Amino acid sequence: MENKGEVWVIAEQDEGKLAEISIELVSKGRELADRLNTSLGSVVLGHNIKHVPEELFKYGCDVVYLADHPNLEYYTVLPYTKVIYNLSKKQKPEIILFGATTTGRDLAPRLASILPAGLTADCTDLKIGDYNDARLKRILKDTLFQIRPAFGGNVIATIVNTWDPPKMVTVREGVMKISAPDSNRKGKLVDINPEFSEKDLITKVIKRTKSEKRVNLKNARIIVSGGFGVGSKDNFRLIYELAHTLGGDVAGSRAAVDAGFIESERQVGQTGTTVRPKLYIACGISGAVQHRAGMAESHKIIAINKDPKAPIFKIAHYGIAGDLNQVIPMMIKVYKEKGTHFL
Amino acid sequence: MEYTSIVLIKQVPDTKNITGDVMKEDGTVNRASLPAIFNPDDLNALEMSLSIREIFGGTVKVITMGPPWSSEILRESLYRGADDVIQLSDKRFAGADTLATAYTLSKAIKKSGKFDFIFCGRQAIDGDTAQVGPQVAAKLDIPQVTFVEKIEQIDNYSITVRRSIEGGYEIIETNLPVLLTIMGTANEPRYPSCKLMMKYKKAKSIAEIERENNLSDEKIKNLSKELERKKLLIKTWKVEDIDIDSSDCGSNGSPTRVAKAENVQLISSEIKKVEPNIKDIRGLITELVSDHILG
Repeated sequence: MENKGEVWVIAEQDEGKLAEISIELVSKGRELADRLNTSLGSVVLGHNIKHVPEELFKYGCDVVYLADHPNLEYYTVLPYTKVIYNLSKKQKPEIILFGATTTGRDLAPRLASILPAGLTADCTDLKIGDYNDARLKRILKDTLFQIRPAFGGNVIATIVNTWDPPKMVTVREGVMKISAPDSNRKGKLVDINPEFSEKDLITKVIKRTKSEKRVNLKNARIIVSGGFGVGSKDNFRLIYELAHTLGGDVAGSRAAVDAGFIESERQVGQTGTTVRPKLYIACGISGAVQHRAGMAESHKIIAINKDPKAPIFKIAHYGIAGDLNQVIPMMIKVYKEKGTHFL
Repeated sequence: MEYTSIVLIKQVPDTKNITGDVMKEDGTVNRASLPAIFNPDDLNALEMSLSIREIFGGTVKVITMGPPWSSEILRESLYRGADDVIQLSDKRFAGADTLATAYTLSKAIKKSGKFDFIFCGRQAIDGDTAQVGPQVAAKLDIPQVTFVEKIEQIDNYSITVRRSIEGGYEIIETNLPVLLTIMGTANEPRYPSCKLMMKYKKAKSIAEIERENNLSDEKIKNLSKELERKKLLIKTWKVEDIDIDSSDCGSNGSPTRVAKAENVQLISSEIKKVEPNIKDIRGLITELVSDHILG
């Protein structure tokens, strides 16, 4: 069997803290590397991040390529692309995994275009298998199956890359499971000393703000979600009240976000966040496939909708065909009675 | 100073508004029956270029790659105020993945002349990849800023923009020429103007003329000349027009292949019906509490 190149994860860090998506990718990358009988490498770029490789080794990296340089403090596309491009030409990795974040989705296509290499966006699963390339009458052994929703989530497509490596993908946040860290794991650290020209540095980050407490729907236990059927931004207070009462978080469908009822950070669905809470209460959400893609794996789903034919009822465990304006206050009332009636 | 903007647009199936009419019996979507629309974020990209022209002067050129009937969105661009429109339509462009698409578009941009800005929508609603913009910028060796919410300032050959990131934003400064991908929240696209609709409703591309009528080459030539005289001809560029090798475009130039496509079905489960009354809802809450779903 020919030797495959390494599996790589392009790790993201924010002021020295490794991003959760990168840990997800390392966990998945380990699995792919073992399957291909090759090693798992990670490339991490930034400034004053000497402690980050340690973290990457813990989750299963064999090699970490570290580019620690003042010009890499904040992500900008040109110098980051240059570093990974040069390293990739030298090391010839088999697979490169990026997070489907605003960084990964900016960097990966730029790199793919100059390498050039095939790139698949926003994958939700990755597998290794043989592909029978009927066009060129050959079999691609142990190739990467890149699985992603397409066509607005109505189709699940399996994409293969028929060109020479690297095979590049961006992977959706929150879909790959994190494996347990092992502090005893060690790996090989490779320092990269990049050099930049004036042209590489024409893009500058003047200011960067991230809100302290980012909405974290991924880890929510209970989510109360509103759709277009909620009717108005004002009426969304019902959704907030129910969430508050049950100790849950608030989310919305794309239609609710587009209508301005709720901020886009709270969007659940194909272009928003994928969630797996213990309880998902869909209020006034019709259940378009794009929305279902982001919540269908919830442990229990309650659907409240005036239209008894709404597709959401097909995946709900409990269906309430009724007006949310009446149903939600009833739920709040009943839950608050809990102290007296249930105990 | 005046700026030349290029806007890259795409005609897409309307995957956002899936109604019962396009659902097949097995719960999957009948893709062929979806209407073709102007990709929503591309309208925001067009709007951005038009508002820059209003402030600084200059021209707005719109380019699309697609089947003959994709000239529909080029006409819509003219109705909204574009100065020039170009259609890339050739069977040899078909089946392109994002890399081959970006290469083809970059070749067309090179042919179309000098520019200061390229605007793209953040992503198209059929593939949702958001890849073509950055891939075009790389092929042209110009900087890019993706997920742009706002242009803060344009100062001769430098630009400052606000870029959306997870949970916040960045203010980015870079040099022109530059490619920007525009968020749907960046602006409110203008409506088509009645005056421009009257002016351009008869505008047509050669690809459209060829397809619509079973005409002789001679007739097609005359019709195009007639339209050109009236300034109503939408240019159609083919492989030969943009200095590209046909092995580098369409499916030939695409590294990725769809190995399998499965229609998503509604997952049906054992659904418990709960009537919208206090008694039923009390029953539901009790059940969830005893199952430890609710605390």
